Amino acid sequence: MSSSPLSGWSRRELLAASGATAVALAGLTLVSTAAMATPVELEEAIGKLVGKAPVKEGRVNLRLPPIAEDGDVVPLTVSVDSPMSDSDYVRKIHILAQENPWPRVCSFALGPQNGKAEVSTRIRLAKDQTVVAVAEMNDGSAYRMAVAVKVSVGGCGGI
Amino acid sequence: MARSHIRILKEAKADQIIEVKTRISHPMETGLRKTADGAPIPRKIINRFECIYLGQSVFVAELQPAVSADPYISFFVRARQSGKLEFVWTDDDGAAYRDEADLTVI
Repeated sequence: MSSSPLSGWSRRELLAASGATAVALAGLTLVSTAAMATPVELEEAIGKLVGKAPVKEGRVNLRLPPIAEDGDVVPLTVSVDSPMSDSDYVRKIHILAQENPWPRVCSFALGPQNGKAEVSTRIRLAKDQTVVAVAEMNDGSAYRMAVAVKVSVGGCGGI
Repeated sequence: MARSHIRILKEAKADQIIEVKTRISHPMETGLRKTADGAPIPRKIINRFECIYLGQSVFVAELQPAVSADPYISFFVRARQSGKLEFVWTDDDGAAYRDEADLTVI
């Protein structure tokens, strides 16, 4: 009888409604996929920043919380093992986030005048992802460190 | 208006490495958000920050929309001699917000 919660809906209306929902969901998926950078884009972005130099692991220490409650404000500290002397110093530090709409987050230019290669800031992370810090030395060599961060509520202003 | 805050030691010894903490109030609008009516909110971020000590650039940051609102940046500087640290934040619209702090080297 009419005890069903779907009473009043014809089979055709139900099908049409569920179809529309499926289309809407598919649309959302497409949009969110398109809005994220890919691993290839991340490597391309790093290549554009540091040139052809191979980027080695080590010397960089990137600190972020393993779980970020609020993706809009994720504290980050990056330091690089370097004497920061006139002959041996960090020239640049780049921060990248692979699953953000744009992989680049920020870059810092440093030199011997800083005495210590350490910078802190606060960044936005759209969702769970890997954050990468790349350091360019004055001799052209480059080093990196990646950190995985879980994001409870995504940042970047509702992306 | 963009209000800025600087925190550094007032006095340092020559060659001492001191931390410089900076913050400025700014929405860092990414350009990806929309209003309730669906109209896009245009991008407006601080895209560059520079610290000048004794007339020389000592630190530059290039910022993208993924930097949080009210950008906070801290870094280190080697104290050389007494003088001014000047700070300049550059907005997408070309506006420059400035602040400064005095450092005495003893």
